[in-house]
Amino acid sequence: MNKAHDIAVTVNGAVHEAAVEPRLLLADFLRHTLGLTGTHVGCEHGVCGACTVLVDGDSARSCLMLAVQADGKRVETVESLGRIGQMNALQESFHKHHALQCGFCTPGMLMTATDLLKKYPLATDDDIRQGLSGNLCRCTGYEHIVRAIRAVVGK
Amino acid sequence: MNDATEIHARPKIVGARIKRTEDPRLLTGRGAFTDDRQPARVVHAAFRRSDQSHARIRAIDCAAARAAPGVIAVLTAGDLSDVKPLIAASRMANYHATPILPLAHGKVRYVGEPVVGVIAESRYQAEDALELIGIDYEPLPTVIDPEQAVRADAPLLHEKAGTNVLVAREFKHGDAEAALASAPVRVAGRFRMHRKTPVAIEARACLAEYDAASEALTLYSATQVPGIVSDAVAAALGLAGHQVRVVAPDVGGGFGGKGSLYPEEIFVCAAARRLGRPVKWTADRMEDLTANSQGFDEIADAELALDGDGRIVALRADVIGDVGAYSIYPWTAALEPVQVVSFLPGPYRVANYHGRVRGVATSKAPLGPYRGVGRPISTFVMERLMDMAAAKLGLDAKEIRLRNLVADSELPYKVASGIVWDKSGFHECLHAACAAIDYDAMRGRQKNGRAAGRWIGIGMASYAELTGIGSRISVAPGMPLNTGTETAIISIDPTGAVTAAFGVASHGQGLETTLAQVVAEHLGVRIEDIRIVQGDSAAIGAGSTGTYASRSMVLAGGAATLAAQAVRDKVLNAASHLLEAAAADLVAEDGTISVVGTDRRITFAEVAHAVYLDTVRLPPEARDELAATRTYDPVFGTTTSATHIAAVEIDPETYEIRIDRFVVAEDCGKLVNPLIVDGQVHGGVAQGIGAALYEEVIYDEQGQINTASLVDYLVPSACEIPPLHVVHLESSSPTTLGGFRGMGEGGTIGAPAALANAIADALSPLGIDINELPATPERLFRLIEAAKAKAKTKT
Repeated sequence: MNKAHDIAVTVNGAVHEAAVEPRLLLADFLRHTLGLTGTHVGCEHGVCGACTVLVDGDSARSCLMLAVQADGKRVETVESLGRIGQMNALQESFHKHHALQCGFCTPGMLMTATDLLKKYPLATDDDIRQGLSGNLCRCTGYEHIVRAIRAVVGK
Repeated sequence: MNDATEIHARPKIVGARIKRTEDPRLLTGRGAFTDDRQPARVVHAAFRRSDQSHARIRAIDCAAARAAPGVIAVLTAGDLSDVKPLIAASRMANYHATPILPLAHGKVRYVGEPVVGVIAESRYQAEDALELIGIDYEPLPTVIDPEQAVRADAPLLHEKAGTNVLVAREFKHGDAEAALASAPVRVAGRFRMHRKTPVAIEARACLAEYDAASEALTLYSATQVPGIVSDAVAAALGLAGHQVRVVAPDVGGGFGGKGSLYPEEIFVCAAARRLGRPVKWTADRMEDLTANSQGFDEIADAELALDGDGRIVALRADVIGDVGAYSIYPWTAALEPVQVVSFLPGPYRVANYHGRVRGVATSKAPLGPYRGVGRPISTFVMERLMDMAAAKLGLDAKEIRLRNLVADSELPYKVASGIVWDKSGFHECLHAACAAIDYDAMRGRQKNGRAAGRWIGIGMASYAELTGIGSRISVAPGMPLNTGTETAIISIDPTGAVTAAFGVASHGQGLETTLAQVVAEHLGVRIEDIRIVQGDSAAIGAGSTGTYASRSMVLAGGAATLAAQAVRDKVLNAASHLLEAAAADLVAEDGTISVVGTDRRITFAEVAHAVYLDTVRLPPEARDELAATRTYDPVFGTTTSATHIAAVEIDPETYEIRIDRFVVAEDCGKLVNPLIVDGQVHGGVAQGIGAALYEEVIYDEQGQINTASLVDYLVPSACEIPPLHVVHLESSSPTTLGGFRGMGEGGTIGAPAALANAIADALSPLGIDINELPATPERLFRLIEAAKAKAKTKT
């Protein structure tokens, strides 16, 4: 059961090869094996969405996925977005609209929003709220998050 | 335009909508939360927690766990005899403290209580070993229902206390019973606010590092109160204060849930000292939902008496608070339930008051501070009674409040429980909220909708809260711990850069930004010249505890003001020598000191260089270190007030409650950063909506917790929270430095009451009272079915 498996995962454009236990969560692989601590774990049962990453371009919960399931796949984490001093438009909009407080749910919010903005027209604020319904934020009451995403729809 | 006008016209930094300085790191995944730290040789703790509600521990078998792969140590209470129990002390009579230990000793008292700690090379291995531990329990009678637990023959959770009633208190002002007996209008109810849990999205985490060379411990902890935890660790482990440093790095929300000392914090410290390796523990969500401090949970029998004009003559209440298994450190079991009766009269004139409260121990996770503390319940009860009285008198909800809110001319006003309201916009908030929602028009629309058979309701709630509490009042009643001061240490280094250190601990409030705004304003530098250090017990020696009770902007903001002004005076003194001008003719702004009316100027960096590094330009007496330490104590505190109005519609088939509008008009005094204030109010209201409609911790009759996942404990998502409209009334506080008032909790205080009133209003044609929260569709269904059955028997 604990026999290590060799995997190769492309994370934020770089290929990482590792021997991992089959039970190792993708979230733990990212955080502890690769040291990419931008991805946060909020519930470990797929409800809060804090650990959301993109796997082959689609949003996925890294707490509900095993690292071995990411073998051969492309994973993008919050670290793939803009950096300090060169944030992307979505990050800048979150900054401008005060769409984060403690910042713990924020990486998951950003990755979910990245996926939503790419795939859906988000014509109304209700569409944005529906799209965010799998990401819990306990600080903001969502108002500023909705405004921040609204401001970059279609841009 | 001369310089004087220019200075006057300069945009203020305090009051500006400044984007937060902490955002870039948090938006790019570069934050540093406790679990993100991975020091060399770190080992991981996991806890075997009680699956029994109330039981004696007969024996613990750890042999198999100790032999499991990767396991370094398996510790029980018996192994930690070097740890002293902590006692949440109180000067209150009728109070029984309960010793707090890192692991259960002799007995377990709630499901989720840590019993055995396993330390292994990885968290996975530690959790594997948990399953190999055998614990032989002797089940004891359950203590679940607080109304049963108060009885003299109830089984005892803490034998030494001799009672389950850990705290009892009574407030009497005037003669409530006599006034009630003779009053023409009386309304009464039995109100219940069910138990909540804070659910910060970052669960608690702690990491202890022990340096054998200096015999010093550093604890990184997701805590709101590094100052309190530091003192507690020193006391529990018998260390001197300078041997303990507690750092709250980036902390992912708290809401009170990270505002107390926890057994796990003591455990990792004791284990790190014992093993000589860093020990980390990060709660999973089940641990958070079962073993974090929980909130609210009261039953209140209350009655309000009014005269024929709808003016309050008396208020009476008997409250039972379910405080859970232990009296939490340092706040005690009194914190939450006593606050319900001390704040029950609210912002109203109540001449005769009798409030009684008992805090009762049960086999549940310990009750602790949760956003609003007591006041979400006191406001819910009082505001329901106001609406019930209005209905009985045929008055509008707004009108009855106008008749009873303390008038401006009566402020400061001493409440029947002894609290004093300073000047605050009670009436202004009510008027502003009504204007923002267009109250009269909304009532008209409601009338039309009702005629068409729709269940539309409008509910309001007015409240007042004491914030920024100073040293003359204990945050928790009778607690012998000074929570009334905060300290700031501001210094300028030889490059001219400013470091400002505080004992408060931001966990989402944006204090790195707002405190920098205050320092920049009073010191005369730019925000980007300042580094704020906070959440580190070593940064401030004493006189600081942390962030809780809506205190940080008032207390730390006051300390920042005093320290910044003191440093500015030193800078101006040195600059006056360098510029050969009188200090009184100098102004400091944006990092430059200039002589008023001239183009002579010098930068802070040049002054700092001259003071520290250059022995020629300044005489020795002008080379005073550019640093100051100041402590601020607002002595009593100040009053924050607000009115919330909610408009709801209930689906007659599913009983889903849809919030159509939600308006808050609040007076939090001088706004430091309106962007951040809006965010705080939004977040508070969202938690109030959760408390009113969705959130409920449920223990069954055996004391098993049925809400141990986020599938069962329902935190509102973006779909459940409506657009929120906030109106700020900036009547600045006459009693605090800078005129600030605390405003972190108010959203959660007003929203449950406003929603309860709105739901009751929507269902008023059916004659239904809302006296239990959360008002879930199931509860509404039962109420409506009962009302229908009652109507049937009548006809």
